[in-house]
Amino acid sequence: MTLKHDEKISLEFILADLAAYRPKRKGWTWRKPHTTGKIGPFTYKQSSESLQASGGLPASKYFNNIDPQPDCTITTEIASGRFEDDIRRMRMAAWHGADHLMVIRTAGQSHFDGLIEGTPEGVGGVPITRKQLRATRKALDYIEEEVGRPINFHSYVSGVAGPEVAVLFAEEGVNGAHQDPQYNVLYRNINMHRSFVDAAVAKGIMAASGMAQIDGAHNANATAREAWKVMPELMVQHAINCQYSVMAGMDKDKICLSTVPPTAPPAPCISLDLPYAVALRQLFKGYRFRAQMNTKYMESCTREVTTTHVLNTLLSRLTSADIQSTITPDEGRNVPWHYNNIHGVNTAKQALLGLDGITDYVTLNFDGPLGGRVRELKERACLFMEEIMEAGGYFTAVSQGFFVDSGFYPERGGDGIARKMNGGVGAGTIIIRETDYMAPVCDHFGYNNLPTDRSITKPCDLIDGCTFCHSEKIQWIDELDPEDNVHQRLAQNETERHEGLLRPEVQWHGDGIICMTMFLPAAERVAEFAAKDIAERLGLEDVEVIHKQAMHPSEGVLIEIKGRVPFGIDPKKLVIPPLVEPLNEEAIRQYVSENKLKIVAATVGEDEHSVGLKEILDIKHGGIERFGIECHYLGTSVPVEKLADAAVEIGADGILASTIISHSDIHRINMRRLHQYCQEKGIRQDMIVVCGGTQISNEIAKEEGMDAGFGRGTKGIHVASFLVEQHRANKKG
Amino acid sequence: MQRNDDYLQRRAHLAPLTDEELQERFWGLAKQLVDPLIELAYTHTSPSVERSVLLRMGFSSIEAKEIVKHCEEKGFLGKGAGHAVWRLATLEKIDYREAGLRLGKGQYWDQLEQFWAKGGAR
Repeated sequence: MTLKHDEKISLEFILADLAAYRPKRKGWTWRKPHTTGKIGPFTYKQSSESLQASGGLPASKYFNNIDPQPDCTITTEIASGRFEDDIRRMRMAAWHGADHLMVIRTAGQSHFDGLIEGTPEGVGGVPITRKQLRATRKALDYIEEEVGRPINFHSYVSGVAGPEVAVLFAEEGVNGAHQDPQYNVLYRNINMHRSFVDAAVAKGIMAASGMAQIDGAHNANATAREAWKVMPELMVQHAINCQYSVMAGMDKDKICLSTVPPTAPPAPCISLDLPYAVALRQLFKGYRFRAQMNTKYMESCTREVTTTHVLNTLLSRLTSADIQSTITPDEGRNVPWHYNNIHGVNTAKQALLGLDGITDYVTLNFDGPLGGRVRELKERACLFMEEIMEAGGYFTAVSQGFFVDSGFYPERGGDGIARKMNGGVGAGTIIIRETDYMAPVCDHFGYNNLPTDRSITKPCDLIDGCTFCHSEKIQWIDELDPEDNVHQRLAQNETERHEGLLRPEVQWHGDGIICMTMFLPAAERVAEFAAKDIAERLGLEDVEVIHKQAMHPSEGVLIEIKGRVPFGIDPKKLVIPPLVEPLNEEAIRQYVSENKLKIVAATVGEDEHSVGLKEILDIKHGGIERFGIECHYLGTSVPVEKLADAAVEIGADGILASTIISHSDIHRINMRRLHQYCQEKGIRQDMIVVCGGTQISNEIAKEEGMDAGFGRGTKGIHVASFLVEQHRANKKG
Repeated sequence: MQRNDDYLQRRAHLAPLTDEELQERFWGLAKQLVDPLIELAYTHTSPSVERSVLLRMGFSSIEAKEIVKHCEEKGFLGKGAGHAVWRLATLEKIDYREAGLRLGKGQYWDQLEQFWAKGGAR
């Protein structure tokens, strides 16, 4: 099967025959550089191979519809809580250029001592299970063929079941994972000894299957009170995980530092974030960089967040990024929604493309404060590690609260996270490997006393192959919970899905949620309650205010609300006017030449806009002159009477009026007046009268007596085609 | 512990280092710090590590959980849960999956106890 662009992905197909499904590919794939960099009219310095099918940025229509792909991998995080909805969201994200799809786990999975099976619903993410992974990977195998680029599927190898999760990921073709024992210790209060013992085994497995690893250092940014002060510690955390990973058998090319610019405006970001980014890239040369966007200072204003994220991307381009990760601009509202995943991906793509090749034009000034600050950060990080060694090593340092302290090291706030050596989840569970410890499987980190009296070339020869060598040995568990599973969820809305009832959605299929933006000329609290009342009176349910921002303390407030639409729409009952296909160019030219068509055109009323109409007329913009139509352009702010009189004077076949301004419905009034004046002059019957403008639609124009109306996106050919058709119809009478 | 920023005093010994030397010092410290951690991992195991071995041997998560639970109870985790399964299969001359399923049901552990009580001699 291949996915067709005009068909939805079939969940039934994805869920069928999963027991036998095997991933097409394993391990991480970096983007391949574009061989020439020549894409459309431009040459790019930092681009990768183009996609065979994709959705470009909105402005790409001005540039031959090109959709250049930046050199670095682009991430989006998917966290719907239902994997069947994740899949659709992944397809949309891949279409817009994401090739690193990171699935957030359900709350609490890191404390689950073992694997979860089946497809239960999650909170803030999905339960990561074999079935969920296999179905998602299967969907991604088809999605990557649709767009024409490998897609890296990613989740988390953390918590108390790290080694098991790593095996699961290796078997199911998950391509990348977060793995950092420090994350377990500091943020999940999992016992430190257990975390490090588990981590080495997990890393060994990840290395064997070629997975990329992302560390957990960025969490210190999000946790510390003043995120920019954690920089020396972050470098230490990166160093610990990088060094540990190399010693557990990972290749540096697959070890990614998860790094975040620590600040956001109004802080002066460049002076704080740039020295840090440079220091990291110098110290960790040879490792990979996953540049994450700032989450610490996100509020509910998506515009503010997007600006911060663009600045983050500037930093990536001024230094480097192997993976540019994105955060949805609505994450500050805790509802990452479908279309905001796409917005996040596009923010990265747009900024990366706009900044393409920046270091050919701008160089970093190491003679200024930058050089000194870079050096200082490195020294502070060295001092941090020296003190860890003096204290008695890593575990002692953690127990003394060295980490996630609010001070700019060596300053100490005394408020770090301290964990007990014998405390936390899984305390007391590690056991020394005895001299005859043995594990008959491949890629197992640590002491392994394999029998010497058997001729084996690899450990799993003892059992005639492990699952990494013989995937048919993998045991398949379908569902354990007869109620909480994907099949039950799909059955619940099956009737609607099959009837094709349409509901808006932002997170789950048919959840009915819509957002509305309004401005209320009142103080904040009044506006908030008024907005809710308005939404409820409009019939929305479960109304919540998701953003408010005073434009002035008394003059008014911008409010965004969300609410649930309590009905579905049956598309079959909609009255949708058919799209009129324009005639072909040759047919238009021939008719015009035989009939010598002539028109007059002007922007009517008190309206000085001229660009749109000129685009429709001018030969150089592909306007109607190109087809041989004789055009008499009278200019802007032309009274409708003058326009109609001119048409009579020159014996025109048609009148083209443009009206852009729409305050107080002036565009409607102008059209009505033009129509009535032509009637009064007795010319309306034979004259083709059409109107165009940004607020005009065919329906509005016809209501006001025009023969046709043309809105945004109209090209000369559409107007020319209509003129020909109408002229032919008028002739027939 | 609270402490004011004493970076300028503390850095005295780092000040004369070149950037390359500082870089070496950074990674030298990182290695010093990580060495005992990786040694701990090399010489220890955990229930999750052992379940991961059983998964790789082709047991399901449910089967692996049961085998490791019994293995912990019997005090044999330090020998390796996969080892226990393989050893029973060898002793009993049965398929190793069958051996694992029996151990998961709490059966045949005394065979292993006897074997290892005798010092593991064949």
